[in-house]
Amino acid sequence: MATVEVTFTPLPAHVRTARLVATAVARRSGVDEALLDEVRLAVGEACSRAVEAHRRHCPAEPVKIEMTDQGERFVVVVSDQAPTSNAAVGGAATGPNGHGVASLVQGTDDAIPAGFGLAVISGLADEVHVSSTSSGVSVRMSWPSATPVG
Amino acid sequence: MNAAGDHAIGSASEPPRLVRDDEMTPCMALEDFVDLKLGHYNKDGIEVVDVEGEIDVYTAPRLRELLIDLVNKNNYQLVVNMEKVEFLDSTGLGVLVGGLKRVRAHDGSLDLVCTQERILKIFRITGLTKVFGIHETVDGAIEAKKLEK
Repeated sequence: MATVEVTFTPLPAHVRTARLVATAVARRSGVDEALLDEVRLAVGEACSRAVEAHRRHCPAEPVKIEMTDQGERFVVVVSDQAPTSNAAVGGAATGPNGHGVASLVQGTDDAIPAGFGLAVISGLADEVHVSSTSSGVSVRMSWPSATPVG
Repeated sequence: MNAAGDHAIGSASEPPRLVRDDEMTPCMALEDFVDLKLGHYNKDGIEVVDVEGEIDVYTAPRLRELLIDLVNKNNYQLVVNMEKVEFLDSTGLGVLVGGLKRVRAHDGSLDLVCTQERILKIFRITGLTKVFGIHETVDGAIEAKKLEK
């Protein structure tokens, strides 16, 4: 089992770096090329959510990503240390359309519902598990992987 | 990096070009790329917004500012050309939805041009294919808007 761990200051500019690293490690772990876009987008969503949460609650604390090649699965865990509410993680349970598309385009602000990013992840990752505690949220995503290259 | 915050690969004799994540080498990753390029022009009374690069939590505010600026200048018929968008996340979707809300408040519309499966997928996952008119070409989008009038 090989693990790559990255921590980064919760700045939006670093989210791109995080998804770049995740995509590279996924490729190295043998994730099918056709799935790499999903890995990139899902990890980006998870990191964006974590960065926003940290910027509100604990901007000095880093966001953590763990990427593990477990043989037949490539597992990514994005963890934050921000206290959260059930509403912030509720989207993953309801699915992307659980928010109601009609409600998305009502009102006048740009804000998308809390949990929307997690809902997108649930539509992308092969397996998703979101655990929320008083000390933060952990998003665990995985995809099938083949024999690693080299 | 230029004054506008854009990153580019190229030299005086070679124009900048976009680089996808999977083309990048480690030394390119943080410095030498165009993250988002925006442009717009008017055609037949419809404002076309060209977007190139990646729309994410870092770059989306710039697209939001452009859309707000266009609406504030009384442009309520918008087409966003996403054919050169390499990456779009839910933050970018939020900005597009926000633009749609603003033009609808003035009886306008915001349509998209996109044929890339990687981008269309996130619209399908979120159900937003039912909200946006999505066309294969800018001319097709403009013609469709003319028929709506």
